[in-house]
Amino acid sequence: MKMQSAMLTSISDTLWRKPNLLILLLILPPALWLGIIYLGSLFALLAQSFFSIDEFSGVIQYELTLKTYGELFRPSNFDIIIRTVVMATAVTIGAAIIGFPVAYFAARYAQGKWKPIFYLGVMMPLWSSYLVKVYSWKLILAKEGILNWIFESLHLSWLLNAYLAIPVIGGYSLSVSATGTFLVFLYVWLPFMILPMQASLERVPHTMLEASGDLGARPYQTFRHVLLPLALPGVIAGSIFTFSLTLGDYIIPQIVGSSRRFIGQAVYAYQGTAGNIPLAAAFAVVPIILMAFYLWLAKRKGAFDAL
Amino acid sequence: MTSAIRLSGVSRHYGAVKAVDNIDLDIAEGEFFAMLGPSGSGKTTTLRLIAGFERPTVGEIHIYGEVAQGIPPYKRPVNTVFQDYALFPHLNVRDNVAYGLMVAGVPKFARHRSANDALEMVALGAYGSRKPSELSGGQRQRVALARALVNNPKALLLDEPLGALDLKLREQMQEELKALQRSLGITFVFVTHDQGEALSMADRVAVFNEGRIVQIGTPEDIYYRPISPFVADFVGSSNVLPPKLVASLLGREVYGSLRPEAVYLSDQGHAALITSVSFLGAATRVSMAVSDVAMTMLLPKGATIPKVDDIVQVNWEASDLHLMFAP
Repeated sequence: MKMQSAMLTSISDTLWRKPNLLILLLILPPALWLGIIYLGSLFALLAQSFFSIDEFSGVIQYELTLKTYGELFRPSNFDIIIRTVVMATAVTIGAAIIGFPVAYFAARYAQGKWKPIFYLGVMMPLWSSYLVKVYSWKLILAKEGILNWIFESLHLSWLLNAYLAIPVIGGYSLSVSATGTFLVFLYVWLPFMILPMQASLERVPHTMLEASGDLGARPYQTFRHVLLPLALPGVIAGSIFTFSLTLGDYIIPQIVGSSRRFIGQAVYAYQGTAGNIPLAAAFAVVPIILMAFYLWLAKRKGAFDAL
Repeated sequence: MTSAIRLSGVSRHYGAVKAVDNIDLDIAEGEFFAMLGPSGSGKTTTLRLIAGFERPTVGEIHIYGEVAQGIPPYKRPVNTVFQDYALFPHLNVRDNVAYGLMVAGVPKFARHRSANDALEMVALGAYGSRKPSELSGGQRQRVALARALVNNPKALLLDEPLGALDLKLREQMQEELKALQRSLGITFVFVTHDQGEALSMADRVAVFNEGRIVQIGTPEDIYYRPISPFVADFVGSSNVLPPKLVASLLGREVYGSLRPEAVYLSDQGHAALITSVSFLGAATRVSMAVSDVAMTMLLPKGATIPKVDDIVQVNWEASDLHLMFAP
């Protein structure tokens, strides 16, 4: 017992004398996790994308080539990329537009007990299973669903039908249309947009907005020239979530939407039944490149200047 | 004397709290007006009512003859220098100063020229391209000043603008502000809790306490002729003589005030027990008890300085004892 405590004391003394050793010990496990499990698998993925598949035998050829990347530019594959990027952009913009007033209200006016109620209201949807939420939306949007019933009751079915008749975004019912996919994506990722926006709006001092008004700016000018630039880091952080989550998701478009595929579904299909790991890997690299490009653009445009 | 800003019966209540309670105020055009008071006395709320950030619960505000209640801040001919300066962190110094011109639609070249002129005026001509975060507190204060003045306001509102600066810088800025006000000739309304600042800079001072104005007057009025013990005590540590003592001297039961520098050592007068002696440089402050009333006196350089626990005789001219008839 005594020896044990003496040993512990000498260990703690050593760590106190060599703080770098302590830091090393603390940082090693997460560094190993990040380095080997996370970056290692990412690198493995990247490596796979430079291999190719023999079209006749279906055997993977372990020679470095850009042939698989070339396949991404085939019309059928390139359509998938364009469709996914357009969807992710639309979801991000939609979430920013819907989320901003919510986040602004929470940051500016929610005080005392209203603050936890706000957090609860925004986060509660995240507590239930993602699949349950997506399937409930399928029911809401279905031909026999509540949304259709509401339109019927209001004698507005003609409006909904006219909308569904529009090619690309329409379809037989909302639950099998691209609009349906958009609505579900928007619902599921909205909290990831609201929370960072709220955090950044909360850091904008109120006197900043008063100063802008005092100097003669009308409310929309204050929004455009002060509030938005100062909230932009939060909007960008939120958009990183909504954009990348939409880019990679394969379940929502599978359950709600048309049969046109998204990147996530393509990755799922190619690495599964088709056994085309290189092409699946190449598809998986697309969101990474898109995100890197997006962040580079955001930085260049000065989105992080207010950080 | 044209009225620049007039408040008539203005109150601002937050629930049961009366932040500003039935205030009447008339500030003349071109006047350097100070609102002095302890924190929570309603002086900042009054300033915010003038700027338009707060609406009066009751009462009327006139700015240059126009009723101001319904007019939003961005349409009022006044500009504010905020206590925390409120410089926009994402804009450089020049764009901060040019902000008011930018939202008014002044073309880029013209507004940059005006901004540069305004920066020259506050001796920051070379700092236009810097970000506010790269400036010192005093420099930020000047930028806030230039930003508020570039719009050519009819009145400038300053909310404790020197509060965050160190003593030396504060004294320097006091002189510069005063000179600036004189050269521009516009109305300055200045909120401060520092009585020295208010007395040295302002043409007139309003002393606030608990949401009300206790006294309005010239610095000399406030300093030599306070109307209540609160003003006498708050403005420069006057000796407040309780009614009993005043009654024993003059036969009238009212509070009296006596400046510390008016008290002197004398062969005959009142017996005083010295309780502490502090050397201040130009003078020495002596605290004492006169008939159980705590008093202080300022002795000039060269005077004989008594020691603690000495009993000495002190006296003052009858004309220096100022009677205060307000409670």
